[in-house]
Amino acid sequence: MKVRVKFRKYGPVRFIGHLDVMRFFQKCIRRAEIDVAYTTGYSPHQIMSFAAPLGVGLTSDGEYMDIECNSVTTSQDMKERFNRASVPGIEIVSVVLLPEEAGNAMASVAAAGYTVRFREGREPSFDYLGKLADFYARTEIPITKETKKNTLTVNIRPGIYELQADPENKAIHMLVDASSSGNIKPASVMDAYAAWQGQTLAENAFTVHRKDTYLNLASAGEARQLAPMDSIGRQILEPIVDEKRLLIAQEADRRRAEAAAEARRLRQEALTAKETEQQKWLQSLHSAGSHDRAEERPVDPQEAEAKDE
Amino acid sequence: MMTEKLALSDDILMKIEKPARYIGNEVNAVVKDKSRVEVRFAMCFPDVYEIGMSHLGIQILYDMFNRWEDVWCERVYSPWVDLDAIMRQQQIPLFGLESQEPIKDMDFLGITIQYEMCYTNILQVLDLAQIPLLAAERGEDCPIVIGGGPCAYNPEPIADFFDLFYIGEGETQYRNLLDLYKSCKKEGCGRVEFLRRAARLPGMYVPRFYQVTYHEDGTIESFSPTEEGIPPTILKEVEMQVSDTYYPMKPVVPYIKVTQDRVVLEIQRGCIRGCRFCQAGQLYRPVRERNVEMLKQYALEMLKNTGHEEISLSSLSSSDYSRLPELIDFLIEKCKEKKINISLPSLRIDAFSLDVMSKVQDIRKSSLTFAPEAGSQRLRNVINKGLTEEDIIHGSTLAFRGGWTRVKLYFMLGLPTETPEDMRGIAELSNKIAATFFEEVPKEARTNGRVQIVTSTSFFVPKPFTPFQWAGQCTREEFIEKAYFTRKCISEQLNQKSIKYNYHEADASVWEGVLARGDRRLSRVILGVYRKGCFYDAWSEYFKNEVWEETMAECGLTTEFYSHRERPLDEIFPWDFIDCGVTKEFLKREWLKARQEQISENCKVRCQGCGVTRFGGGICFEPRDVGSYGGC
Repeated sequence: MKVRVKFRKYGPVRFIGHLDVMRFFQKCIRRAEIDVAYTTGYSPHQIMSFAAPLGVGLTSDGEYMDIECNSVTTSQDMKERFNRASVPGIEIVSVVLLPEEAGNAMASVAAAGYTVRFREGREPSFDYLGKLADFYARTEIPITKETKKNTLTVNIRPGIYELQADPENKAIHMLVDASSSGNIKPASVMDAYAAWQGQTLAENAFTVHRKDTYLNLASAGEARQLAPMDSIGRQILEPIVDEKRLLIAQEADRRRAEAAAEARRLRQEALTAKETEQQKWLQSLHSAGSHDRAEERPVDPQEAEAKDE
Repeated sequence: MMTEKLALSDDILMKIEKPARYIGNEVNAVVKDKSRVEVRFAMCFPDVYEIGMSHLGIQILYDMFNRWEDVWCERVYSPWVDLDAIMRQQQIPLFGLESQEPIKDMDFLGITIQYEMCYTNILQVLDLAQIPLLAAERGEDCPIVIGGGPCAYNPEPIADFFDLFYIGEGETQYRNLLDLYKSCKKEGCGRVEFLRRAARLPGMYVPRFYQVTYHEDGTIESFSPTEEGIPPTILKEVEMQVSDTYYPMKPVVPYIKVTQDRVVLEIQRGCIRGCRFCQAGQLYRPVRERNVEMLKQYALEMLKNTGHEEISLSSLSSSDYSRLPELIDFLIEKCKEKKINISLPSLRIDAFSLDVMSKVQDIRKSSLTFAPEAGSQRLRNVINKGLTEEDIIHGSTLAFRGGWTRVKLYFMLGLPTETPEDMRGIAELSNKIAATFFEEVPKEARTNGRVQIVTSTSFFVPKPFTPFQWAGQCTREEFIEKAYFTRKCISEQLNQKSIKYNYHEADASVWEGVLARGDRRLSRVILGVYRKGCFYDAWSEYFKNEVWEETMAECGLTTEFYSHRERPLDEIFPWDFIDCGVTKEFLKREWLKARQEQISENCKVRCQGCGVTRFGGGICFEPRDVGSYGGC
């Protein structure tokens, strides 16, 4: 069964990169003694998926991680255990059970909401709160993207779903495409905004806070219907054991043990029963000279078998 | 508790490589209320975070200090070169990771000194911390700079930079030292008086209370205390209760990937083997095993508290641990259910270890390691490496039959008495192992199809407190010639296509040799090299041989004197005032035996009278086992 974990990221840990956050959670899950499921291959790893990666330096109130579990206790208990095993600045806010048909976190991300604030003394010289509506009213907002081969011009306007000034807090709110195919960085929007006014922003001019990450509840062709990613899950009030998962795990352990035993047996067999062939082979080598031996690369049946896993 | 405030601005953190090195707040990092502690201790490993965080010693001391309510111990590492430049330019003082506050405001800066090529990084750390580099120039408001670790056994080349050296294992005397510090602070007796009193504690060396005079030829004439009551020799500190002492149940877990990204379980200290080139093998005597039940308990607790997916056993020679099978069986059983990997370095390759390894590793991916160190039996006898060619071939045969196809071999070039025949032996042994594979394993049973032998050579560096402390080291040119000759010999082998040969760079090995056996006069060289912009000398991309050579010449010193000459038996060494437990008489005996190509049995077989029985415990007082002589 799949569990979706929502967490916040703030304070010094905002400088921990996405890959290190993943590593952090692999260890955190062990510390919290969550009954996570492992892949069934030769080197098992935890089955997990993260929603949209958060850039280094950004804070967030809406990060999501999906984990596959063999069994769960309750939402409340798992949340508490996670938080006890976590660090200040990575705070788990909810744990919900996903419906069976739900896609994984990474694949289902549709959008993310951000708050952008300029750092003191680094505001652009134009009225960045007053002119925002005009900027958003444009139908085309081109930005240039550097790829490995060339630079592309992309119109990001269709991917900006909301863009609002918040004069009271001197902030800009935006809701943008965060799907893996069309992800828009808040910085791209801000750079395009400044460029539209003929300006270039100072280095590290603003802070970005992700408010939440959303999925799209509408089916293809319908109007977009965004909802926080944990909205499709339900609170776990009673412990649940996923019998099917447990069987899969047991079966995987059994197969791994068998594969190891079989590999040992095959090797033994090859070593003993084919001794005569070995002698013949050795004799032929002695007459042919042994230089070429290292070049031969016969296909190993066990290796091929392991790959199939 | 979280330290919200960071020492570095967002602008800096967004600009530098791996900002996670500098923000603290890792799992199990200890943050205390500074108003409620009396002693603040910054513990430093003078290299980059990923290296320093992998060091067990610091984790042990960090845990010990922070268990004490009146002490807050923080960690500090060398900032990488990108941040170093920014900190210098903006005059940002080096800070502790936990509090993010300047080191210069703390009571102690402890520096663990694990290898010679980090000496310039010690100066980098002091400099960035805005602490005067020379101990003599430090005022009352500076932290006490204290050094420890293996290089503290010859502290002389860096004596001018330290207020105090702690000789030996940290578990025993730190409490006394900190109590003394607290009472001195209360009394208001001042820095020098504190150091004077500290010098009377066991294991403490305060360089400023000793003077050296030299003969005309540059060797030492005398080394003596300058004041009444300062001990003329300093005996190392040893923790004899290894099963009932400090060990971290909750080691700090870094966010970024570090070199040692796993639970490390130290199963014993010391080594019974007595290889004559090995400094650790002498320094950490006597061998002391930890109780197996304690280790089991710690293994489970540490895995639970860190969430690591791997556990590694640590010791100089794990196969010699008497309860190894029991411990490994326990770990295999417990780790299987939790999908935790077990890593077993420094195992002697035999039927037992291969069986164990086949259970815990993916043999298609792992390789087997032998460290014959020398290419011929004659030279292996000289260095007392009790590993025979038969052991290696037998081990390889078993391994190849078990499915391994990768073998790593480690050798040293430039060992005392080495001849071309010994070097050729390296090539021939590598070739024999490759041939063993083709003879033993029929095509059908070859896991990866072919065998891969990786033969690596390093250059021999004579170290203090080893039987080879009298030996001359080769010059850079001799080293390079030896590496070329070895490469040529390997290329002449029948199975040369299966052998990959690597050799270390020669330059750094020479300087390592100079610093390892150097005296106080080298402080000027280290300082000069640092002032010319060198640090991170342990990193080949930042090591500048020409600057070292030039500075050495400017100081009127030669590598010939410090490294290349063979030293006479009656010479006074810079480190002679330190008593590491093993006597100079024993080392001398071993040096003479080495030249006669005679081996010495290991501690389990027969006591060689090295002198460490005076510590009253460990292997010295256990029954002998005459059957266990073998290689490692």
